[in-house]
Amino acid sequence: MTTDSPIARACALRKDYGKNESLVRAVDGVDLDIAQGETLAVMGPSGCGKSTLLHLLGGLDRPSGGELWLHGKRIDLMSERALAQVRHRDVGFVFQAFHLMDELTARENLELPMLLAGRSPRAARRRAADLLEQVGLADRSAHLPSALSGGQRQRVAVARALANEPLLILADEPTGNLDSAATLEILRLFKRLHAAGQTLVIVTHDERIAATADRLISMRDGVFVDETRLTGGTGGGLSALIGLEG
Amino acid sequence: MGKLLLVYRLAVKDVRHRPAQALLLLLAIAAGAATLTLGLALGGTTNNPYARTKAATSGPDVVADVAPSGFSGTANASELAPLEHTSGVVAHSGPFPVTWALLRTGHATAGAEVEGRSAAPSPVDQPTMLRGSWLRPGGVVVEAGFADALGLRVGDRLTLGARSFRVDGIAVTAAFPSYTQLCSLGCTLVGAVGNYDPGLVWVSQADVAPLAGGSEPVEYFLNLKLADPGAAAGFAARYSAHAFPAGPGANPSLSGLSLTAWQDIRASDAKALANVRLVLLTGSWLLALLALASVAVLVGGRMAEQTRRVGLLKAVGGTPRLVAVVLLAENALVGLCAAAVGLLAGWLAGPLINGAGAGLLGAPSIPPLTGSTVGIVIALALAVAIVATFVPAIRAAGQSTVAALEDAARPPGRRAWAIRLSAHLPATLLVGVRLAVRRPRRLVLSVFSVAVTASGLVAVLILHTSSAGWSLGPRVTEATTIVSVMLVVLAAVNAVFIAWTTVIEARHPAALTRALGATPKQITAGLSVTQLLPALIGALLGIPGGIGIYDAAKNGGATTIPSVIGLVLIVAVTLLVIAVLTAIPARIGARRPVAEVLQAETA
Repeated sequence: MTTDSPIARACALRKDYGKNESLVRAVDGVDLDIAQGETLAVMGPSGCGKSTLLHLLGGLDRPSGGELWLHGKRIDLMSERALAQVRHRDVGFVFQAFHLMDELTARENLELPMLLAGRSPRAARRRAADLLEQVGLADRSAHLPSALSGGQRQRVAVARALANEPLLILADEPTGNLDSAATLEILRLFKRLHAAGQTLVIVTHDERIAATADRLISMRDGVFVDETRLTGGTGGGLSALIGLEG
Repeated sequence: MGKLLLVYRLAVKDVRHRPAQALLLLLAIAAGAATLTLGLALGGTTNNPYARTKAATSGPDVVADVAPSGFSGTANASELAPLEHTSGVVAHSGPFPVTWALLRTGHATAGAEVEGRSAAPSPVDQPTMLRGSWLRPGGVVVEAGFADALGLRVGDRLTLGARSFRVDGIAVTAAFPSYTQLCSLGCTLVGAVGNYDPGLVWVSQADVAPLAGGSEPVEYFLNLKLADPGAAAGFAARYSAHAFPAGPGANPSLSGLSLTAWQDIRASDAKALANVRLVLLTGSWLLALLALASVAVLVGGRMAEQTRRVGLLKAVGGTPRLVAVVLLAENALVGLCAAAVGLLAGWLAGPLINGAGAGLLGAPSIPPLTGSTVGIVIALALAVAIVATFVPAIRAAGQSTVAALEDAARPPGRRAWAIRLSAHLPATLLVGVRLAVRRPRRLVLSVFSVAVTASGLVAVLILHTSSAGWSLGPRVTEATTIVSVMLVVLAAVNAVFIAWTTVIEARHPAALTRALGATPKQITAGLSVTQLLPALIGALLGIPGGIGIYDAAKNGGATTIPSVIGLVLIVAVTLLVIAVLTAIPARIGARRPVAEVLQAETA
């Protein structure tokens, strides 16, 4: 499903926090190409810089050095306004803590990025209904997040990430707060997205999740320490992978 | 006893732990308490200065005046002669001629009631000099209240009609009400002088006729001293009756005669202060309402920070009732301190209002503090503190211990209609409306705070519009300025605090909205909209509110609605001030790094 031309590229990417003795280099000069349609997993211990890398790739944070390219455009030098456009047009985020608006229903949460992108309320509502159908939550569209299970909330979050048909979906520990059954639901969803040609970057602690990717990068102390191309990818038996099937 | 001690300890420790917030609370309540103290304490404070002035000037018990027929030409002074020999009259001075003229200084024009006097001292009503000397040829003596309003000093030059005079002295009298109440007992104002609320000046008797110049009437005033000053009102009523041909026992020969007792003059003098008192009392209630909003906002903000403390209290065995009592006790303690500060400040500020510009003798005195004044002020301060704390205290007490220990934020309110409506708005308004309706109580407090302030300002504007053509007097102007400034300052504090609280609470939705593609500018503008929406509603409500307050509080007279431009200006300036005040918190709120906020929420 992947193509050779990278959809995202990082060159000598660096992110520093603090100064002098208290300087922490969260991301330390990494180079990365992400191909269109690829599912990339990034693993590593807590504090190794994998979430920071994800935030940099999505324009949520600005790098201290290096270059960042997305779909042929250099984004590390962009204005905040242009970065905002990148976030609502080119990138979709999925967070470990779901980060849904508590006071909005599932459908309204999905509509929000589309309304921010200037889509008409009617079009946003139609697309939200389609997406909820796709993630199997059509009957939960009027529910508030507090009335949904963890897995359902994360499916809403994935649907929200897809709302503006982004080039790249960035998922930060998407199953970190989920039980095994809910994890399976999310992995199935990612598998479908992968099959549809969606580019995915998943940061995870869980080797079983990482095993579903096309490529696995291991990080430690802000640098890539290992890179493995996986042959099984999400084409394998998901349930078997995460141990739900014998 | 043990529980009381525990409540006291917990309350005092928490107040000490957050001194800045406690100080803000204290100032908000103290502002209302001080104004209320001032308003309540001003009652009756003119009695002593008037008595002192009357004694020092050998003031008359009754002033009689005769006007010319048809208020034109010169009155017949001999009509007053029978009164000089009436039973009960022990001394008199006059009759003195009185006319009216336009007075011009280098920077002001005013109407002047001009009394002609001789250089020799009078046995009754000899004005007491505060500065300068009594009349000399070519000179004028100006009544103290009038001189104060015009900024006149001894040696200045002024013109009366077309003639130039030198200010020889500044004096007080008990025979006329002081400026601006001179005409409150009736004046014969014709021509250009009728456009002004006149003040009193004295010139040589020989100057009166040339000043009248045939266009203004010349009346005569006679000052009478009675054997029994207490009988002055009866005396005046009895002989005034003769002025009206249709009255019982009327004497047609006394057709232009009127008599005024010293008690009426004193009451007119007090009227200026009564207006000040009215402004201060009305202002103090508005400030108390505003303080209620301030305290509710402050307490609401503190409760959000105290969630974990509430959880700890409950975890170690504190009952919901104990939690509520501790929270109420804390703010009641601050309310008590604020009452003390307000009482002291209002009491000390009394002479500033009471003394400034008074046309009466006596150093400005500190108004007396009665038991009822102290009681009302303490009750108001406590009521404000307790009423504003009640809902958050009960809510905190009812919170689940586990949720409180986890410091879980109170879930935001959902207003489906606002969410549906905002979907049709541009992104900035969408963000603003949705953030605003998350906390409807805070929205109501914002509307309330701005509405109270705007009502006060509109009422002041109506007061000035309704008084067009007559002077409010320096003391009323001072009082309205004090109240207006305090209202604006307190409302500004409220606006900034509400904006900060909103920004702090909106950090997560704002960061998330940015992660979904909103620009910092949209978030800044959205956060400003959360403040401007209630400000607009509040400012608009302030227009009928101000009209209502003026109607309820006015001392008679018509209510003149200010021009549309004036009202639009109040609304526009209110919005501009709120926008400026809340721009900095909104900008800071929108600039917080998205990743940092979202990571913090995950942790």
